Amino acid sequence: MRDMVKVEKLCREFDVSPPWLNRVIEGKSKAILHAVNDVSFNIKKNSVYALVGESGSGKSTIGKIVVGLLPPTSGSVEIDGVDLFHERDKSKLNSTRSGIQMIFQDPYASLNPRWKVGGIIVEPVEARGGNTKGLAEKLLEQVGLSALDVNKYPHEFSGGQRQRICIARALAAEPNLIVCDEPTSALDVSVQAQVLNLMSDLREEFKLTYLFISHDLTIVQHMADVVGVLYLGRLIEEAPRDILFGSPKHPYTQMLLEAAPKLDGFGREVAPPKGEIPDPINPPSGCAYHPRCPIATDKCKAERPEMTMKDKTRVACFFA
Amino acid sequence: MNNMGEIVLSVRDFGVEIPTRQGILRPVDGLSLDIARGKILGVVGESGAGKSMTGNAVIGLLDPPAHVAGGEIWLNGKRIDNLNRERMRKIRGKEIGMVFQDPLTSLNPLLPIGDQLVETIMEHLPVDKKQAMEKAVAALDEVGIPAAAQRIGSYPHEFSGGMRQRVVIALALCAEPSLVIADEPTTALDVSVQAQIISLLKRMCKERGTAIMLITHDMGVIAETADEVAVMYAGRMVELGPVRDVLTSPTHPYTQGLMASTPLAAKGNKRLNQIEGAMPRLDNLPQGCAFHPRCSIAKDKCKINPAPGMDLNEGRAACWFADGTKQ
Amino acid sequence: MRGFSFTNTISRAWKSDFMWSFRRTPVAIVSFFVAMILILGAVFAPLFAPYNPFDPATLNLMNGFSQPMVPNQFTGDSFWLGADDQGRDVFSTILYGLRISLFVGFAAVAFAMVLGVTLGLVAGYVGGWIGALIMRIADVQLTFPGILVAMLVFGIAKGFTPIEQRDEMAIWVLVIAIGLSEWVQFARVVRGATMVEKNKEYVQAAHLNGRRPISIMVRHILPNVLGPVLVIATISLALAIIAEATLSFLGVGAPPTQPSLGTLIRIGQGFMFSGEWWILLFPAVTLLTLALSVNLLGDWLRDVLNPKLR
Repeated sequence: MRDMVKVEKLCREFDVSPPWLNRVIEGKSKAILHAVNDVSFNIKKNSVYALVGESGSGKSTIGKIVVGLLPPTSGSVEIDGVDLFHERDKSKLNSTRSGIQMIFQDPYASLNPRWKVGGIIVEPVEARGGNTKGLAEKLLEQVGLSALDVNKYPHEFSGGQRQRICIARALAAEPNLIVCDEPTSALDVSVQAQVLNLMSDLREEFKLTYLFISHDLTIVQHMADVVGVLYLGRLIEEAPRDILFGSPKHPYTQMLLEAAPKLDGFGREVAPPKGEIPDPINPPSGCAYHPRCPIATDKCKAERPEMTMKDKTRVACFFA
Repeated sequence: MNNMGEIVLSVRDFGVEIPTRQGILRPVDGLSLDIARGKILGVVGESGAGKSMTGNAVIGLLDPPAHVAGGEIWLNGKRIDNLNRERMRKIRGKEIGMVFQDPLTSLNPLLPIGDQLVETIMEHLPVDKKQAMEKAVAALDEVGIPAAAQRIGSYPHEFSGGMRQRVVIALALCAEPSLVIADEPTTALDVSVQAQIISLLKRMCKERGTAIMLITHDMGVIAETADEVAVMYAGRMVELGPVRDVLTSPTHPYTQGLMASTPLAAKGNKRLNQIEGAMPRLDNLPQGCAFHPRCSIAKDKCKINPAPGMDLNEGRAACWFADGTKQ
Repeated sequence: MRGFSFTNTISRAWKSDFMWSFRRTPVAIVSFFVAMILILGAVFAPLFAPYNPFDPATLNLMNGFSQPMVPNQFTGDSFWLGADDQGRDVFSTILYGLRISLFVGFAAVAFAMVLGVTLGLVAGYVGGWIGALIMRIADVQLTFPGILVAMLVFGIAKGFTPIEQRDEMAIWVLVIAIGLSEWVQFARVVRGATMVEKNKEYVQAAHLNGRRPISIMVRHILPNVLGPVLVIATISLALAIIAEATLSFLGVGAPPTQPSLGTLIRIGQGFMFSGEWWILLFPAVTLLTLALSVNLLGDWLRDVLNPKLR
């Protein structure tokens, strides 16, 4: 199968230094946050690629770069053979961009409260000057709502229904790739199941490719084909789902899987993980995970391991 | 339930009402539960189920116009639901500790954490300032704050999210309360930090015999932490029982649906089981059993009669068909 | 069941939180009706006014200084609120003066609103040095009292208009002068609200869908920042009316040929100590009532639309 998405050596920095005058007075140097650091991965057509990580791992930043909401500091994102940030041909770029959609985390903030649902759903088409007749009604029924809902306002819907409206809006653009940034983390469990099922169905029906961003390992295990694990802005392990969950190779992945609460873990006593996520502005030397790693050696402090292929897993650890 | 030893918190037929101009809403209704010494009761439910309201009602922190409407709350054999504000304030902190989702709401951003601990300790325990300081350091040490004696002068913003939640737990436990209400204590935290906090709560519960009411929406956290679990739906408790029984063989159709819809339950890429619809809003509760419009086994009787109440000693689920019959 | 019913819409609006709060706030009800009476009286002044005070043909100098409700000793004419030195009916001049005052008030607020909302949207959405520049201008302007700004504008404008058009232009110059002194409030509030809204996900979605920044500002952000604008507009209206009165009182506002309430007060204060109190008192009371009712209405609106401020 062809690669739908090719992300190469993606980096993104944020300048988080205090204002110029404060720096001079307090004698501080510039502070640069490396939110995403040298991340490369490919997503196959009609598959689900999941990015997992804790806060500060850079997963949402990668999502925003892939949909084009943020430019990268360096590196490239290629969608269907078109380089999003270096392509000169405007029309080619435009048609590629219109095929990328996003589903956001907060279904309350992602719909304009002053717009009717019908207008919200057809926006991707309308904004590019397409024909929107009957489109909203059709899409509403496709996501399991009623065609009569076009004239309602977002506040008349529950969280799960709003997320369906967001999905309908994404579908309006006839996308190839949908980036889902924590699409169900604001939803209740029973509603989450409805939305995840809908997303799976639509993937089959429209041959969609998903980049699925989540911190919830159980959802990732259910949805993903390939999983990439991020730690402090770097990809540290990537493997097909069953391999990653079956035999995680990086100590961080192992810790994450161990720490996640299990439904059948009655009275389970986990050795609590060591330490906390370090300050991303001053990350540790060498392998960023070494201060918390049970098997770290002096080599890990001094040198950063590169991503290497081990069986079907790409992993960045000297001891994997 | 009665053979569980010393009961710390006992709630009987408890309700909360909010008068609005559409009518009276009942975010909590007919709630009865017990928590024994050294046990963790998980209260689980989706948003709007009334679980946080239950926790706030027990500690007497309902926001007006919400108010207690009937029922009794007993803490260590004393009735506390009818106490005045001042008496209730004394009980909070001394006999009931609180841990909320956002640690910043429980900490004063302008005071060093040491001062806040000392203040709480001196208010509730008969100690002088020096002893209180020692106790504060010991409390921070106990919840796993490294170099507690040095960090006692730090302000809340100087701690990370996980460390802050540890400070809150130290604050909740420093007056040695017999009950701790923990409302979504790990929801804002990362998985690895969540595991640390859960393990800390469990250790405190075991070592000190503190009873904990753990309010959360996360079934996994409940499974690993709680001894008993109460499942809430639309302000009513629909199922109560030992955590293993409720999670592995749920009786109420809602609990069954909830368990089946968690991605962990569906192995592989199969479809998840889903409960259709959403939790009704409080101003629009269906007649009869509040769950009947979403229930797969609902019969006419469910649409007319409210679900049967739960006998704490026998029935686990508030459902007409809890005994397994389908008529 | 989707039919559109007018009565249904009315009854829904009546039951909305907004109307519910209105019905339960006596201050709001009273202010609303007082303001409405004054506004309607001004709009339909030719219908209500017993005399046309600006038609020299109806004026009779003999009626000068007639006391309220007392028939004039020479002509036998009776005036509700008395007559001024020229024999003009005070009640009628107040109605016509209200027209000028309200027109200047509404027009000035509209001008300030358009200017302030536009600049606020741009400053909030575009940000960067453009935003900084706009807000610095606003800050500098805030350090001058509004009246001073208005007088400055008025003075400059006067220098540019030919003498024969001055009276005609005076009203428009007033509108611009007061508008320029009040746009800052709108700009600041809209900028703040815009900066909140522009980071919401629906704006990102619109951006993603290829909408242009102008279109995002106008179609997405503007409708969501209008709530506070409405509140400021109401409070600004009271301020604008008073500003107009002040300028006219100082003699730099509405000309005597088109007197506003402020002009009337200026004329009236000359007779204060000679015993003809009614020429001053009635316009002054009208101005006070108008400004107070509009201001109270604005306060109530703020409470309803922004519960956090209470």
